[in-house]
Amino acid sequence: MKLTVDQVRHVAHLARLALEPEELERFREQLSAILEYAEVLQELDTQAIPATAMVVPLENVMRPDQAGPSLPREEVLANAPQREQDCFRVRAILD
Amino acid sequence: MEYEPIIGLETHAQLLTESKMFCRCRADYAAAPPNTLVCPVCLGLPGVLPVINRRAVEYTVMTALALNCSFPEHAKFDRKNYHYPDLPKGYQISQYDLPLSQNGWLAVDSPGGPKRIRIRRVHLEEDTAKLFHVANQGETYSLIDFNRAGVPLMEIVTEHDFASVDEVRQYIIKLRAILRYLGVCSGDMETGAMRFEANISLRPKGSDKYGTKVEVKNLNSFRAVLKSLQYEMDRQARLLEAGGQVKQETMGWDDAGNVTVVQRSKEEADDYRYFPEPDLPPLVLSREWIESLRARLPELPDAKRQRLVAQYGITPYDAGILTGEKALAEYFEACAARHPNAKAVANWITRDLLQLLNSTNTTIEACPVTPDSLAQMLKLLDDGVISSKLAKTVFEEMFKAGKGPEEIVAAQGLIQISDASQIESIVEEVMATNPRAVADFRAGKEQALTFLVGQVMKATRGRASPALANEILRRKL
Repeated sequence: MKLTVDQVRHVAHLARLALEPEELERFREQLSAILEYAEVLQELDTQAIPATAMVVPLENVMRPDQAGPSLPREEVLANAPQREQDCFRVRAILD
Repeated sequence: MEYEPIIGLETHAQLLTESKMFCRCRADYAAAPPNTLVCPVCLGLPGVLPVINRRAVEYTVMTALALNCSFPEHAKFDRKNYHYPDLPKGYQISQYDLPLSQNGWLAVDSPGGPKRIRIRRVHLEEDTAKLFHVANQGETYSLIDFNRAGVPLMEIVTEHDFASVDEVRQYIIKLRAILRYLGVCSGDMETGAMRFEANISLRPKGSDKYGTKVEVKNLNSFRAVLKSLQYEMDRQARLLEAGGQVKQETMGWDDAGNVTVVQRSKEEADDYRYFPEPDLPPLVLSREWIESLRARLPELPDAKRQRLVAQYGITPYDAGILTGEKALAEYFEACAARHPNAKAVANWITRDLLQLLNSTNTTIEACPVTPDSLAQMLKLLDDGVISSKLAKTVFEEMFKAGKGPEEIVAAQGLIQISDASQIESIVEEVMATNPRAVADFRAGKEQALTFLVGQVMKATRGRASPALANEILRRKL
């Protein structure tokens, strides 16, 4: 499957990546090659096989509803780009 | 042209669990200082493993049972990816194609009789962080408190079955009552424990086509839901009337301005790239588990209302008010067990008591008048010890002072005067000071009697038996 430049641009935007025009073309080729490789799987007849979201044979892994300690606030905020009033401070966000 | 709306509603309800959805941080963040209920799991740090909170699943199943839903064999969690700083992980754990439950209904009254609003799904996800938008000396920025991130959030989605704003109103009231009866959500809209999103389109009345729908987000109060829907109906009708077209958009409700404003156009379609959450194995709800949760369901508002009508002979209207809160219905039943006249009990609760509770912002749980006291007061009233007029005063005093009726009646000398000779002398005084009214009555004006009875009541501070005063006045006149 050949991707279009627009598709590459869209995926880059979703990942918040800024790509140069030549990168768009380079990644278009590389990503297309990866998809083509994966296309091999489409040759298999999977009609009789149920969709599988999880291959590990586990189900109903739950915990009792009991609260425990949280992190000290200094650790929570340790990687904050900026902080103010014990909150993470980020650029203005428009709803 | 006349238009009719087609409305669908999404409700988000925070669950009253002790811990968060996938980690052990405390879920009740109301009083917590910012960023103190956060851990590596809800921050989405590399290498952590979320684990499902069993109680959150149980609460969701109980809600789904109360909403007549069915349960798919498998349910799973998915990652919903989007960029917004309220998500520490860059994705929200939600449920996409295999929700915990689906295909239920909740009945409302419509002009054509009872109507089922179909529930498409009830699923479980995690709440997001709280953002504060700051404008400070020309600088604008946002502050984030992650305490709310990861709190269990149940989402209840209806089909587009509402044909009026009033049906939405009824649905919200009923849904909130059910959640509170189940004890799974506080239903408190001011704190954001219950929030809504709606979608609405218009079509010519009687048509079977669908118009273009608009989503309305940011509905954090009952009032906001009803007002925004009414606003959108009017806006879309005006647009269509003028020959225009409704655009498919996401609007936000501006509570201060009482308008909906465009948030984003649908051209930038959501691209959430859902995929199965690899850290959470699927859920398989066994018959036994579901049935054991069904056994834990309390009597729900609709059933309780019907039972109160049948058992106590009260009106469906009163029963509806009494069953709005489980504790209120229990209070009523406690009183009705102590007094033979359930209708009188219902009247006093739905009028006088609720008014006092509301005006003093008191919950029924903290009601200073015990069921015993209310029953005693009604007995004093039945026995003619106090007049119905005085009963109101006594009741207010009982509420204020938290004392029994007998104590108040004795302390304030409020016992009804049923001694004819005592009333007779008062009647004579009243007639002497109101010659005009006496003359009017004798000239055939019946209302003059009401006035004179009122004067007798006033002279006795309401203690005279009105029936006796009436009788003596007529005789003397």
